[in-house]
Amino acid sequence: MTQLALVIDLNVCVGCHACVTSCKEWNTSGSAGPMPDDRPYDHDPSGVFFNRVQTFEVGEFPHAETIHFPKSCLHCEDPPCVPVCPTGASYKREEDGIVLVDYDKCIGCKYCSWACPYGAREFDEHGKVMKKCTLCVDRIYDDSLPESERLPACVMACPAKARIFGDVHDPDSEASRMIRENHGYQLMPEWGTQPANHYLPRHIRGGQTETS
Amino acid sequence: MSANADEKQLVKHTTCYMCACRCGIRVTLNEEGKVRYIQGNPDHPLNKGVICAKGSSGIMKQYSPARLTRPLKRKEGAPRGDGQFEPISWEEAFDILEKRLAHLRATDPKKFALFTGRDQMQALTGLFARQFGTPNYAAHGGFCSVNMAAGMIYTIGGSFWEFGGPDLERARVFMMFGTAEDHHSNPLKTAISEFKRRGGRFISVNPVRTGYSAIADEWVPIRPGTDGAFIMAMMKVLIDEGLFDRDFLVEYTNAAQLVREDDGKIARDDNGGPLWWDEASEGVVPFKTEGAQPALEGAYRLSDGSVARPAFELLRERLAECTPQWAEEITGIPAADIVRLARELGETALHQAFELPIAWTDSWGRRHETVTGRPVAFHAMRGLAAHSNGFQTIRAFSLLLTLLGTIDRPGGFRHKAPYPRPIPPGPQIMTKPEDVQPNTPLNGAPLGSPASPDDLFVDENGEPLRIDKAFSWEHPLSLHGLMHNVITNAWRGDPYKIDTLLIFMANMAWNSTMNTAEVRKMLNDRDENGEYKIPFLVVCDAFQSEMVAFADLVLPDTTYLERHDCISLLDRPISEYEGPVDSVRIPVVEPMGECKPFQEVLVELASRLKLPAFTREDGSRKFKDYPDFVVNFETAPGSGIGFLAGWRGKDGSKAIRGEPNPKQWEMYEKNGCFFAYHMPKEHHYMRNWNRGYLEWAHEMGFIAKSDPIVIHLYSEILQDFRLAAQGKRPGKQPPERLRKRIETYFDPLPFFYRPIEVQLSDTEKYPLAAVTQRPMAMYHSWDSQNAWLRQIHTYNYLYMSPELGRKHGFEDGDWVWVESMHGKVRVQCRFSQAVEPGTVWTWNAIGKNAGAWNLTPEANESTQGFLLNHLISEELPAHEFGEHISNSDPVTGQAGWYDVRVRVYPAKPDEEKRTWPRFKADKPVPGEPRRPDVVAYFAGKRR
Repeated sequence: MTQLALVIDLNVCVGCHACVTSCKEWNTSGSAGPMPDDRPYDHDPSGVFFNRVQTFEVGEFPHAETIHFPKSCLHCEDPPCVPVCPTGASYKREEDGIVLVDYDKCIGCKYCSWACPYGAREFDEHGKVMKKCTLCVDRIYDDSLPESERLPACVMACPAKARIFGDVHDPDSEASRMIRENHGYQLMPEWGTQPANHYLPRHIRGGQTETS
Repeated sequence: MSANADEKQLVKHTTCYMCACRCGIRVTLNEEGKVRYIQGNPDHPLNKGVICAKGSSGIMKQYSPARLTRPLKRKEGAPRGDGQFEPISWEEAFDILEKRLAHLRATDPKKFALFTGRDQMQALTGLFARQFGTPNYAAHGGFCSVNMAAGMIYTIGGSFWEFGGPDLERARVFMMFGTAEDHHSNPLKTAISEFKRRGGRFISVNPVRTGYSAIADEWVPIRPGTDGAFIMAMMKVLIDEGLFDRDFLVEYTNAAQLVREDDGKIARDDNGGPLWWDEASEGVVPFKTEGAQPALEGAYRLSDGSVARPAFELLRERLAECTPQWAEEITGIPAADIVRLARELGETALHQAFELPIAWTDSWGRRHETVTGRPVAFHAMRGLAAHSNGFQTIRAFSLLLTLLGTIDRPGGFRHKAPYPRPIPPGPQIMTKPEDVQPNTPLNGAPLGSPASPDDLFVDENGEPLRIDKAFSWEHPLSLHGLMHNVITNAWRGDPYKIDTLLIFMANMAWNSTMNTAEVRKMLNDRDENGEYKIPFLVVCDAFQSEMVAFADLVLPDTTYLERHDCISLLDRPISEYEGPVDSVRIPVVEPMGECKPFQEVLVELASRLKLPAFTREDGSRKFKDYPDFVVNFETAPGSGIGFLAGWRGKDGSKAIRGEPNPKQWEMYEKNGCFFAYHMPKEHHYMRNWNRGYLEWAHEMGFIAKSDPIVIHLYSEILQDFRLAAQGKRPGKQPPERLRKRIETYFDPLPFFYRPIEVQLSDTEKYPLAAVTQRPMAMYHSWDSQNAWLRQIHTYNYLYMSPELGRKHGFEDGDWVWVESMHGKVRVQCRFSQAVEPGTVWTWNAIGKNAGAWNLTPEANESTQGFLLNHLISEELPAHEFGEHISNSDPVTGQAGWYDVRVRVYPAKPDEEKRTWPRFKADKPVPGEPRRPDVVAYFAGKRR
């Protein structure tokens, strides 16, 4: 069974936010849009983003590391956002494992966002519906696009090629291969959600002396 | 599912301008012509389909409420800086400009000054200035990275970013010094990622670990402004341990050339050719004598009795005291790490060398069957450049690359056309007051690269003739001018008063100026007669920046999606290692309101003023508009060289050189708006000395002669300036007060010195370095108006080590004062482990004046965001060399942005928790779009 997902390589992500705004740009006018921005030119602007980059530091000077951590819906194999939905708006597709929200059914109760341990859902205060990453479902099957562009917008944009899209159930996919070869891991596996998205950790290559 | 296929969409290509990187983009428009999607052009050689956060947010720039849409005139009687404007027609705007400029041109053309920001059209603005006849022209390079350009161009005949870069495809080790993210942006991200995945090791030398440095395998947290010491110590290790490319030094640099002890000049034979000492024959032989064994060390007596030593010997002597321990004290990098890193570079270069089977012939006619690869690559930019010791640091850096034998070799540094160029590359600038004449084009280029003191633009007393004092003895090699001193000098009338200052796309009343608060006063200051000291200020911009409020006349520019543009080989192109590349912008949407591209303004003005290059012999205008100019302009009649290199010749069949082609724009459009020329393999490497390449480059007009470009390990050019300062050289002489300054800083060999501002600071009182970094999702001040990007950087913190904060009694998130000898700013602090403990830093240009850029006065940018610029002076404190010397590199005039020293202390509990200083709020100007309360952008048919 197919499970589409993103594999995000933290070893090469420079935190440029290309995935953040290319996602917004594609999706605000796409089938999941619009993605409103409140107070866009005022104090504390706040908008809907399906994908955000969090930046944090690990370790102490001079061995401190700066980690840029892009995060969007992880398309869990056992998504806690689905069973809590009272209307069936939140659902996981059989055919490709993408977790979606049917806006026509969504009543904006936000149960799903409380259930999601990853904070990956975004509420549209104007449409009063829950929104989230669709893996650009309106791109990846669009046969009017050249095959090479039937990819999520964030994957197409990423200048560091840090985002790999594919079927993580297919052992021959590039996504599966990257997970296998680079110690790919899932986020908070203890929750049992089995996130389909994986992360590839930092690895440091040689050279550092212990003298300092 | 095909949510989009049913719409009547239109796809057009053009070139991005959300930063200086200039990626190819594909713009999808919906049936109403609204921008639906901007993506990277997969066929484009620069970005190959990728796009960054800024590029992906172009929609929000296009529809920004900060857009200027009408020409504006300051209201009669309204004070300057108040932002009170009335809309006028373009006809009236042109009329005002034409009358004023025609008068200046006929009387005293230097009273018109044209200074531009990161405009990507210096070929045109420079031509306009030269044709007008004013020497007072420059772009932003003097306050950006001219040290990087000058330091490398005067050493290896090329430079980083547009003109060269690291060959990460073949490198195994990559060392990067401080680099702003757009220098350059997407190609570097892709290359670093691929490099790491191939197993390369990435070392970042930077006081701060952000951006590219975040993914480095090793972070070397250096103290700002000390890179020169680090590099010199590594060079010493390389030489002491024999880890350098001896053959490369001998064959391709002046390392083995003899330098005379008496005058520091290179010893020459009767034909003017440099000499080697041949150890085989124990005598002098001409440089490059076949079969000679040139000495790199020792002292030798010449036939005239004088003593001379190989340049390399002098370098070795210079490095004698540059021990790793010495550098540790200065840089904060442990000596053991310096030794280890130097060995890693040297061993990789020498022991992991490889040969590519590419045959080529050198300038001396010798055929080589292979090209040697040395897999050690570097990149550097502003981190080295924006210090007043940057030129000599970059000279040292260039020599480090040279010692490793990595110049234009696989795995190392590689040139991009039109570089390499002769040292220096030219062009000839104006050199005397008589070169500026009424109603006459300037006799010489307004910007160039002096080859000797005699190329300086000074009067008979050796005093400056440009308003920014470029090419004077204060900053002789100021290749890009000194934009950061223009307003102060014009205000003071030093060296003279000007009349009209035209600023294009530069926020000189805010983040693009040093000493922001005082410069804002100067812009408004009046003389005893009540007249403004800078009488007429014209601002051309697409957006309501802080500068707009000070204009007497505002010209609304277009966005990048609304204009024709050239990314020209005559300016700063987007060439690849394997050949020249240029590109264009072609409008994809109609201009908003009455916006007009600045290029059209210049072509129109040039035609009205009847500047010769824009006027036919009968006095009628030569070019209908800018696109027409681009197609038909040639650098000289019949030269076949124009702004665009692609599809030249009557039918478009010629590349780079050929007659104008009336269908050139269509041909660019058909090819996705770029032109890429692929050179044969034998021209890919060793281009400084590659005969085939140099002859071709000469034919194409990139270089004036095809002579080999021998690396200046020892700079005889700098020595000529020093000799002048010592009174030992005929020709132009520095004023007495500057002799010692020139003698000190024009050292023909690189040396480390503390940045000048640091030398003049009380470092007991102000012990900390303060620097800025450029965030990847913002381009200078440009993107706070962008509804999407400003949510990523809404305001900025001052980042510092937690120990530093606690020592001064405050905690993470507290409001604190950061103070230099010039001023203070109240900011919020954020503790970070990823910063060198003697350094504080913040993101550049996030802070805004209240109300500017059509943000509300309560927007976080002005209440919590701040500028460091208030702490940095455009002039050094009065000292032995003068009262008003620019805060810049003494060789190049590069602004010393990163030299300031500060202290931090907590704000008092009763102080306002807001940024300080504060200024009167800016107001929206007539014609600016309404500022919406909510944006819910949707281009297309809603389902």
